[in-house]
Amino acid sequence: MTDIIKVDHLKREFIVGDQKVLALRGISFTVQQGEFVTIMGTSGSGKSTLLNILGCLDTPTEGEYLLDGISVRTMSKNERARLRNMKIGFVFQTYNLLPRTTALENVELPLMYNSAVSAKERREKSMHVLEAVGLAERMYHMPNQMSGGQQQRVAIARALVNDPVIILADEATGNLDTHTSYEIMSLFQQLHSDGKTIAFVTHEPDIALFSQRSIMLRDGRITRDEKRKKIGSAAESLAALPVEVEVE
Amino acid sequence: MNITNLFRISLKALVSNKFRALLTMLGIIIGVAAVIAMLAIGQGSKKSIQDEISKMGSNMIMVQPGADMFSGGARMSASANQSMVLEDYDALKAQSNYISAISPMVNASGQSIYGANNWPVGMQGVNQDYLSIRKYGIGSGRIFTEREINTAAKVCLIGQTVVEELFGEGVDPVGKSIRYNKIPFEVIGVLTEKGENGMGQDQDDVLLAPYTTVQKRVVAITYLNGIYCSATTEDVSDKAKAEMEAILRVQHQIKEGDDDDFHVRSQKEMLTMFSSTSSVMTILLAVIAGISLIVGGIGIMNIMFVSVTERTREIGLRMAVGARGLDILTQFLIEAVLISIVGGVIGVAIGVGSSFVIKSMLNWPIVITTSSIVLSFAVCTFTGVFFGWYPAKKAANLDPIDAIRYE
Repeated sequence: MTDIIKVDHLKREFIVGDQKVLALRGISFTVQQGEFVTIMGTSGSGKSTLLNILGCLDTPTEGEYLLDGISVRTMSKNERARLRNMKIGFVFQTYNLLPRTTALENVELPLMYNSAVSAKERREKSMHVLEAVGLAERMYHMPNQMSGGQQQRVAIARALVNDPVIILADEATGNLDTHTSYEIMSLFQQLHSDGKTIAFVTHEPDIALFSQRSIMLRDGRITRDEKRKKIGSAAESLAALPVEVEVE
Repeated sequence: MNITNLFRISLKALVSNKFRALLTMLGIIIGVAAVIAMLAIGQGSKKSIQDEISKMGSNMIMVQPGADMFSGGARMSASANQSMVLEDYDALKAQSNYISAISPMVNASGQSIYGANNWPVGMQGVNQDYLSIRKYGIGSGRIFTEREINTAAKVCLIGQTVVEELFGEGVDPVGKSIRYNKIPFEVIGVLTEKGENGMGQDQDDVLLAPYTTVQKRVVAITYLNGIYCSATTEDVSDKAKAEMEAILRVQHQIKEGDDDDFHVRSQKEMLTMFSSTSSVMTILLAVIAGISLIVGGIGIMNIMFVSVTERTREIGLRMAVGARGLDILTQFLIEAVLISIVGGVIGVAIGVGSSFVIKSMLNWPIVITTSSIVLSFAVCTFTGVFFGWYPAKKAANLDPIDAIRYE
């Protein structure tokens, strides 16, 4: 098993006014290929800062971060942009789909910034991942013609299309009802079983139950990092939910 | 990131905001159309002035007496100057290398009478060359002969206006006898119609007679009122003028450093003189139109700022999935330039179209030059880049972390 993420004594300081704020106070952990990790913590615990650094959007003040064996700390903005393009898939709480743009075109977006991928390849790959997330019928729908769950599926397809080494999800179920959340988690579990590495930031304990491992953050430090003995199945939880009439 | 993809992205952003893009374009459209139409009107009027002046004669050069003259302490008008004589004409004719036609000019004023009609007209005493110098044609009849000039024959040619005033419609005046200041003249020819010249003078209100006749029989003078000639080509017009000045200075025995007692004016000079007013007007019109182009550019900048702010999260997302600052910059710059180029194309079309509408409805002379189209097009492309740059730069400098969570 190779290390996809390796962080070592990661520190991140912010200067707010004339005060130094320590968002991360020395964090070390590794995520191996094929792992499904949830990063948990209350707001202010530093989990967003950590996610930004893991996603190569931000660089640590101190410490080392290796993504797929590549040191990110000393990279330039452009190099990090390229790294994000090649190795990372983002899923956001608010989906962040482009409005007035079809699902297919939204999914194509990361590949638009990779000149090595031809237009034909781009289209084929995008269609393929959309099928994989169960939206084969909705490729030409606009975001405003889709439900929240469907929009998040498009976002997940977008995160998958560049074949990333890790998928970073930021409160990906935060805007969804329980039923849809479980659907999305079931999709993540399915991706995991297909061999994808996933880091999932959440503050909901019941969501964390579906992951292999949970890292708890508090005040910029890891308070707990444990493998889960019994992993919940999102599909089963979904089936166990009281049947409701779907309103769309 | 290849430029084709960026182009596609920009185009898509514009198409999804069609109405707004169109409104922004409107500023550029109006600006470009105004520049084209204004230049067309300005250059058209310049061209028409030039045409009018060149219709006055072929590479014409006029020599007129004129200098500050004192006669017993009283300053006198230049036309009272009697220094220009037939010897000057002979000298110019013999010595000048750059002139193809030359004619003396003796003026008389008076009343022409035929039957019960009379009409005030200036009589011009000239030779045969005068017709080609002033681009007159003979409608019917003939020009005077060498013999008629030598004998100071009482013959004349008349312009269309004189024909109408004296003879009325439908009468052939050739062979008829008219009286000018009580002297009978036989009409031997009628000039073709020429219309007004650039200064609004009726060029058909003329009466031409041999200069000898006018000199001896009508006004009884020995001097000339002027000499008219044609330079062989337009290019040598300046040389011809200089040469004539030199010949006349010798003729009039003017010492080195003294002022000339004559004026030599070429048609080319008149052309420059009269079209300079028109050039100033053209520039003025273009500047005013150019200002509206700048206003259009500010419109682009404004809408690009709105667009960048409105799409902050989109920009953040694009950066998150791998767009570099340069990609974002290029995307917004392409958008701005697309707006201005498409606006420019429509503007050129409307500008050219409205110029022709003005031409057909108001009957104004219109000249559309390629340079005015190229110029306004270049300016509007530049406007797009110039005014699009700052918003695009702002977009490119956004921090993806802040941008993606922007509310």
